[in-house]
Amino acid sequence: MEADSRAARVVAGEVRALARLITGLENGESQANLVMRILAARPRRAQVIGITGPPGSGKSTLTDKMIAALRKRGARVGILAVDPSSPFTGGAILGDRLRMQDHATDPGVFIRSLASRGHLGGISRATHSAARALDAAGYDFVIIETVGVGQSEVDVVRVADTVVLVAVPGLGDDIQVIKAGIMEIGDVFVVNKADRDGADRVVREIRSMLETAAALRRGSLPVRAAVDTLGGRIAPLSADQEHAAWAAARAVAAEADARLMPPVLKTNAGTGEGVEALVEAVAAHRRAAQASGSLEARRLEGARTELRSLVEERLDAALNEGEGGQRAIALAKAVAAGEVDAWTASTELIGLLIQGGKA
Amino acid sequence: MEKKIRVLVAKPGLDGHDRGAKVIARALRDDGMEVIYTGLRQTPEQIVDAAIQEDADVIAMSILSGAHNHLFPRVTELLADKGVDDVLVLGGGVIPEDDIPFLKGKGIAAVFGPGTPTKATIEFIRANLKRS
Repeated sequence: MEADSRAARVVAGEVRALARLITGLENGESQANLVMRILAARPRRAQVIGITGPPGSGKSTLTDKMIAALRKRGARVGILAVDPSSPFTGGAILGDRLRMQDHATDPGVFIRSLASRGHLGGISRATHSAARALDAAGYDFVIIETVGVGQSEVDVVRVADTVVLVAVPGLGDDIQVIKAGIMEIGDVFVVNKADRDGADRVVREIRSMLETAAALRRGSLPVRAAVDTLGGRIAPLSADQEHAAWAAARAVAAEADARLMPPVLKTNAGTGEGVEALVEAVAAHRRAAQASGSLEARRLEGARTELRSLVEERLDAALNEGEGGQRAIALAKAVAAGEVDAWTASTELIGLLIQGGKA
Repeated sequence: MEKKIRVLVAKPGLDGHDRGAKVIARALRDDGMEVIYTGLRQTPEQIVDAAIQEDADVIAMSILSGAHNHLFPRVTELLADKGVDDVLVLGGGVIPEDDIPFLKGKGIAAVFGPGTPTKATIEFIRANLKRS
């Protein structure tokens, strides 16, 4: 079968077979899905790193330097770099690769630019499966660089084991960092362009935001530790007892913070300063996540999201094409004319789509 | 889902003039194509490896330095070495008329000089893709 031989070529590390497969996934070709069915049986080995942040924050340059650092360790690295498609023409300029072209001829590096193709979460629809294809092809690390994001594009957290959130000086005050959205998904925070004015302030603001988040999550643990130390006695306390209670509370708080607080690092992607520390921090996060079981939980959540969006997409396609599409139009007319209510019509349509296996 | 035409736009050689390449990139984008822009000072090896990884349908190169007779054929040679025969290769920039027959003989499907309407390039690409 053709899918078998295509899958075998991908596993053997044939670059063209891999590139063609990713194109197939982007275009929703059924043959590509058959190849993925075969590849899905393989164990997942690759560590998937997401790089996200605002446009111009230096994600591509940082990725370029991370590739170099990982290559120095002998690892093979696959990159998926996403840039936006025009919502008006569907065209795209994919320019992330420009910063990474020094690695173009390195056989241990595979760089693929993806257009977002109308997907709004910072990555493209095919990014999930393309990352899996890179894993099957034997890349030890898969780096996913998102489109330049604003505040709410958080899909990368559903694909990546570790998310690096890149910030830069000069984008706003400390209220920006406590808003909901992308600031919630960083496992490692980076303040890039750290040679610029204001970098230290951004580091402080992010740390302070993370401390508050950690304090909220650790809750009353330190208080409980203090009370336990005193054997439940609150007053009167000797100086020694008071001292021991405070020490116990501080120790518990410090331990919880170390566990709950993502690192905040400074980098200068242009010179490569701080990139070694970043690669170390990413590795440390992955080790901790594996040990605590949170990696598994995140992958489960990722699979759930992927599945859900695939169901939505296929139902949507079935509603717009062929028999299902025709029936949808006929039923819409009936609803508009008051011949049937929308709920009943939708029940009929769902039944038709599922029976016909159209979706 | 619609198949997108993917075009790798590259500047081989040492000249630093990428205005033309950027105009073409922009025009192709506005025509709905996906343009992978690799920038200045690319070696033929970098261009070919990038085109393979990107699964590009088209390689569009621009040279203003006069090195086209060396660099353009090198790209088609490398493609042939790697068994890639379904990528459309185009040249642009400042290319003397007299050199065009030679380049076409080396597998450069078309050469677009200064003043070519972007529409002509777009139409040529759409009419001459080597794969559907």
